[in-house]
Amino acid sequence: MFDAIKNSLFEAEHICLAPIQPESDAVIEARWTQDASYLRMLDREPARPSSPEQVKKLYDAIEKSVEEDGKLFYFTIRLRRDDRLIGFARIFWIQWTMGRASVQLGIGDPEQRGKGYGREALSLLVRYAFAELNLFHLGASVPEYNPVALRLFQGAGFTEKACQRQALYRDGRRWDLLILGLLKDEWREDNGRHLSR
Amino acid sequence: MDDIFRGELVRLSGDDPQTVAEAFSRWNRDSEYARLLDDEPPKLYSVKKFRAWLEKKFEQDDEFRFFFTIRTVEDDQCIGFSGLFGIQGNHGSAWVGIGLGEREYWGKGYGTDAMRVMLHYAFRELNLYRVNLDVFSYNPRAIHSYEKAGFKIEGREPKSVLRDGQRYDMVLMGILREEWEHPVIGEVGV
Repeated sequence: MFDAIKNSLFEAEHICLAPIQPESDAVIEARWTQDASYLRMLDREPARPSSPEQVKKLYDAIEKSVEEDGKLFYFTIRLRRDDRLIGFARIFWIQWTMGRASVQLGIGDPEQRGKGYGREALSLLVRYAFAELNLFHLGASVPEYNPVALRLFQGAGFTEKACQRQALYRDGRRWDLLILGLLKDEWREDNGRHLSR
Repeated sequence: MDDIFRGELVRLSGDDPQTVAEAFSRWNRDSEYARLLDDEPPKLYSVKKFRAWLEKKFEQDDEFRFFFTIRTVEDDQCIGFSGLFGIQGNHGSAWVGIGLGEREYWGKGYGTDAMRVMLHYAFRELNLYRVNLDVFSYNPRAIHSYEKAGFKIEGREPKSVLRDGQRYDMVLMGILREEWEHPVIGEVGV
């Protein structure tokens, strides 16, 4: 029982979940926002480039929301070997009375994609949501045109629960938005670990 | 539909915060209504507190740009509210919400009529392409009403709703503009 308590919630093999370092992170993240394809993979917001100053304002808003609304947990994803910022992960829209929330993550650094870091981060995020926050249902939405994200979530045990037909309009055509979900009942700690890529 | 704010039984209206606050404060004391409407615990706010909350929403919050009260055509009684929220212009999508606070109007077609007016507004005034909603599986009357208005069930999140110690599903529904324009008659039992 105490062994479980000793498990690090924030460290996986290669990456860790860590706080925002506003000054230095904003410069890096502003660079990521120049990459429209990254932003379009993430969500349905219109892609737009941001300056470091705008990113810093966003960090302020995030930290204010984490503290005041209590419906958001936000982490940076960093490489353990040199603490380099490579992405973000968040648990948001937390509905405490029902134990519902949504999760999202992104590896913004293109050099660090395809190395399994997203998988490590997602498994930490899910463990945090179920074992620390005691949530019961996690949702995630994935655009039809992002099969990498779909495989990532499926590898962590998520299954498709709904399909918002033609909910996205990009590059002159419509795409479905897949709604995935994972219940605490369905969650296994080793989900995804044995999967080879 | 000449008057886009008016259906057969109801019309959409704009009311001042005092009127809405009085209605909200009264309706929310009906816990069944509140638990059918929302997954947040109901706010038992006084009229004064609701008014302050609404004034802030109306003034600052883009979310409340398309918020209406629902009034009966017959005698102009304020029986509920409706709104389009989370509008995403780039994709042409929005969420719709409807609540009928006056219980004696439940199950008589007022909600379905209000939804039809809202969809017409969404597709013909805002020129949206898609409208979404979430509904609890313990609210079959609402699900039936949404189906009558043309919504399709697009999936469910099993056991993700907890009420009185029991787990229910969140049912996700949606309607596309072309489905609204060309409804398939007889697809849904009326």
